[in-house]
Amino acid sequence: MFNYQTTLGQAEFENPIFTASGCAGSGKELSQFFELSQLGAVVTKSIMLKARSGRATPRMAETPSGMLNSIGLQGPGIDLFLENDVPWLRNQGATIVVSIAGESVEDYAVLARKIRAVPGISALEVNISCPNVENRGQVFACHPETARAAIQAVRRNIGGELPIIAKLTPDVTSIVEIAQEVVAAGADSLALINTVLGMVIDTNTMRPKLAGKTGGLSGPAIRPIAVRAIYQVHAAMPHVKILGMGGVASGQDAFELILAGASAVSIGTATFGNPMAAMKVKEELRNELVDHGFDSLREAVGYAHRSEGNL
Amino acid sequence: MMGINSSAKQVLAEIVSNKKVGAYHHMVFAVGDLANSAKPGNFVAISVGGESSQLVLRRAFAIYRTFDRGQSVGLLEIVVAPHGAGSTWLANQQPGAKIDLIAPLGTAFGIPTEPVRALLVGGGYGSAPLFGLSEVLKNRGCRVDMVLGASTAMKIYAPLDGKRSVSSLTITTEDGSTGKTGKVTDAMREIIEANEIDIIYSCGPMGMLEAINDIAEEFNLMHQCSIEESMACGIGVCMTCVLPIKGEDGVIRMLRSCIDGPVVAGENVIWKAKRTIPEGTWGA
Repeated sequence: MFNYQTTLGQAEFENPIFTASGCAGSGKELSQFFELSQLGAVVTKSIMLKARSGRATPRMAETPSGMLNSIGLQGPGIDLFLENDVPWLRNQGATIVVSIAGESVEDYAVLARKIRAVPGISALEVNISCPNVENRGQVFACHPETARAAIQAVRRNIGGELPIIAKLTPDVTSIVEIAQEVVAAGADSLALINTVLGMVIDTNTMRPKLAGKTGGLSGPAIRPIAVRAIYQVHAAMPHVKILGMGGVASGQDAFELILAGASAVSIGTATFGNPMAAMKVKEELRNELVDHGFDSLREAVGYAHRSEGNL
Repeated sequence: MMGINSSAKQVLAEIVSNKKVGAYHHMVFAVGDLANSAKPGNFVAISVGGESSQLVLRRAFAIYRTFDRGQSVGLLEIVVAPHGAGSTWLANQQPGAKIDLIAPLGTAFGIPTEPVRALLVGGGYGSAPLFGLSEVLKNRGCRVDMVLGASTAMKIYAPLDGKRSVSSLTITTEDGSTGKTGKVTDAMREIIEANEIDIIYSCGPMGMLEAINDIAEEFNLMHQCSIEESMACGIGVCMTCVLPIKGEDGVIRMLRSCIDGPVVAGENVIWKAKRTIPEGTWGA
């Protein structure tokens, strides 16, 4: 019997296929296509303290094997989110990972306090790497000190057993250094990678295509960057579990991230092209693992790191 | 906020026919029973480029019309303007090819309960959903006048059988290659002044819709329009296709054109602020 279960920190999941934050709406939209309880977890759209309109449009530009977005964390704010979205997801039998984003270290502390008492949440993703903010200096995961401060604020306020997954950006000189900082600050697990900062210029208007000028690049175009980041971080800290993401659209793609060191895989942009993408990847990855002779997902995690002598 | 169209389904649909009409392609898909749940104004999101494509996002098309001939032969028709890589790929697909599509999506044109006088205005292939709408309106006893405009004759989409359901059809082109020379708004004024129009329905480029809305406001007419904004998913999960729209509570929100639209009341769209976040928007 093949064992598809996985863990991130102390949290256990039935299977390793998650949605990626910001790529599953409130969950309601996708539930028209499949049962959310079939996912390893629903990772909700990063939620902030207050309601947020997001950035001006156009917010989207398709690119070769990918897309740029500059949505800017549009959402209802934590209070309405906890009142409406979380209970709804719980009723669907979904395993829930809540993603939070703040504008200040204090925001992260307050968000953690609001979530600590909420039942039915399996883990907390702390998004410290959203590229769609006015000031790049506000991307916490770009600097070891700010990354540490944000994660510490959550760790001190979350209490209990709720695992913290720190979401990092590959847009840094050394993602291993940032990863080590956030783990030292109390992150149990890491989400790798957020979108990569990019830009498209419209050759007709001869101006940036997005209203926000820059946007986050996602989709298969960034998969090699995700594989590299996961591989580097897993090599440095093999005991820290990684939720991998970045352009996964097939079981083979997911397998690549697992081999690099991911214990679970989020499906993001692929869902925009195919609402059933996560279910397709879930089935294909399982077949991929079985075909390669693995009895469990766990055996395959980081398998690309084995020494030369091993087959 | 609204939810996704509860009739929406993902199907692998065979192309039944693909014919070039002027600058466009008229394409017919065998979609089965979802044909009977589509309403004028709804759209379809189509996967393009095939398995190994670098085009990762669906393309959205207004549904031209559907035929419900029972479960196995329900047909869905669209009009494709091949201008980018995705629409060109689709327009080049031949009958027999299987296409991954999701439909029906989004809101539909509101149909009045009383027989009213309706003016339907379309720009380019934005005329497509208006023929199905005129059919429904005519069956409700409405009088339908239609104005279609484009830059040039090749870009007017006005099939013969579509014209049967309209009382009058006025065509305008900017280069004068067919119909009246000028814009749809010029022709609209004449029709509104000559007839007692109750409601305007429109579909076309955003700049045109804004000009139509100005006329609707000037003559104090209801206006339902089919809006658009750069869209990634079509099913409400990505939050890219938003526009500032005023709700019944008077609050402006950035609403998704794929779920709260594409058909919205023109009076609620903050036209002057399009492509910005207007002051006072919820969460701004």
